[in-house]
Amino acid sequence: MKEFIKRAALVVLPPLLVFVIVLVVWHVLAVRLDVPAYVVPPPGRVLEAAGESGSKLVRATLLTGAAALGGLAISVIVGVIVAFAFSQSRIIQRALYPYAIFLQTVPIVAIAPVIVIWVGQDIRSVVLVAHIVSLFPIITNTTHGLTTVDRSLLELFQIHNASRIQVLLRLRFPNAIPDLMTGIKTSSGLSVIGAIVGEFFAGYSESSQGLGFLIQFWSGQLKTAELFAAIFASTLLGLAIFGATSLIGDSITSRWRD
Amino acid sequence: MVFPRGGVRALAPIDLQLNRGEFAALVGPSGCGKSTLLRLVAGLLEPTAGSLSIENRSSGEVRLSNAHTLSFVFQQAALLPWRHVAGNVSVPLELEGISKSERNARVEEMLRLVGLEDFARALPHRLSGGMQMRVSLARALATQPSVLLLDEPFGALDEITRQRLNEELLRLWGNDGFTALFVTHNVYEAAFLSQRVLVMSKRPGQIVADIAVPFEYPRDSSLRSEPEFARLTGDISRALEVASS
Repeated sequence: MKEFIKRAALVVLPPLLVFVIVLVVWHVLAVRLDVPAYVVPPPGRVLEAAGESGSKLVRATLLTGAAALGGLAISVIVGVIVAFAFSQSRIIQRALYPYAIFLQTVPIVAIAPVIVIWVGQDIRSVVLVAHIVSLFPIITNTTHGLTTVDRSLLELFQIHNASRIQVLLRLRFPNAIPDLMTGIKTSSGLSVIGAIVGEFFAGYSESSQGLGFLIQFWSGQLKTAELFAAIFASTLLGLAIFGATSLIGDSITSRWRD
Repeated sequence: MVFPRGGVRALAPIDLQLNRGEFAALVGPSGCGKSTLLRLVAGLLEPTAGSLSIENRSSGEVRLSNAHTLSFVFQQAALLPWRHVAGNVSVPLELEGISKSERNARVEEMLRLVGLEDFARALPHRLSGGMQMRVSLARALATQPSVLLLDEPFGALDEITRQRLNEELLRLWGNDGFTALFVTHNVYEAAFLSQRVLVMSKRPGQIVADIAVPFEYPRDSSLRSEPEFARLTGDISRALEVASS
């Protein structure tokens, strides 16, 4: 537990320090240069706005976080299954890989409206957008781990007459766990971006408003302080999800290190 | 046996017979096809011409029908880093569908035989190179193979550890009576372990000398300082030199 706290502190403290420095510089500049509050509100004003819209922001952050995590979870499942298929057949890999790259390169803001049309103006669209942007790193990293198994280990399994399934589940998959964790780490930030972009288009109803919705809403009203508060909430959400996946990933893969 | 590897003829025709329970060492210059020959015996490769049989069956057949006839020890310990020591020894037993209770008993016994019973729950990266190799030996012998193939298993270890493991390997061989084919480029190791030393020429490899090692078993470390031992290793070195030129 002590070890865990130490590691958590190492993950959380350095970025927090940078955040504080930025805050101070920002405050000094905003006050000294006398910038209008609707262009750059000083940090104090942002904090105030965050306090006023506190419950709204918390609810939005939780909703967006849930959508991002949902998309990420689906990406882990789908990504691992696709990587399994890739590792078993070069033909399948050749046939599908260009489309995996397509997922990576297509501008998500361009297809998010289409997804909303198809799936509807609710959280399912948001989850799907978060899933699409977070899928690729998981596929590529996991495929790499599944296909770069030590030759001796493959021969060991072959000598003892292992089936394809045994090789996959007892050798290739465990071998790919560290790569899968790397993929999840990379994808965790992307899934938050995806969820927010999804919310730009999905809109939601009065009762369910995510960070993407609030950002759009407040920017339309030129409520810049509130907008900043929402941006910070998004950043904190991204950091939290990235930090959590990093910690989980590192503690799982500690036994793989040699 | 002739085997092309990327268009290169790795092995010249080889005619070799090993007797049941024999300990044979295979020495040769690097790249001569020692490992290729070993992989042919293991059924990991198919010869392009000729045949290979273990107890009158082809090695591929042996592998498919009765896998625990054969085990392989690799150049590196080749352990699964995510499994602790006992889990690693258990791998071939799991693959061969042996029941859990029998597996546990067998793993425990093997770890005791190689002196690692206190490290059953340790992860491989916590062990020294010599201990990792012991785990690898325990894993290979867990299935009680009748043929054990070893591909320069102690090549990466320091001399003292190598000698100790040589003695340990002989002890295990004395217990189990498997047939051993041991590839090495170290003539002292070959002479210390085996009953006959097969010398291979450079590529395309063929067996150019078959030198009998007359020392009685059990052998211990004092053998290494006997004058006859020095004479024999001298003979093997000379044969190896001829084979490499």
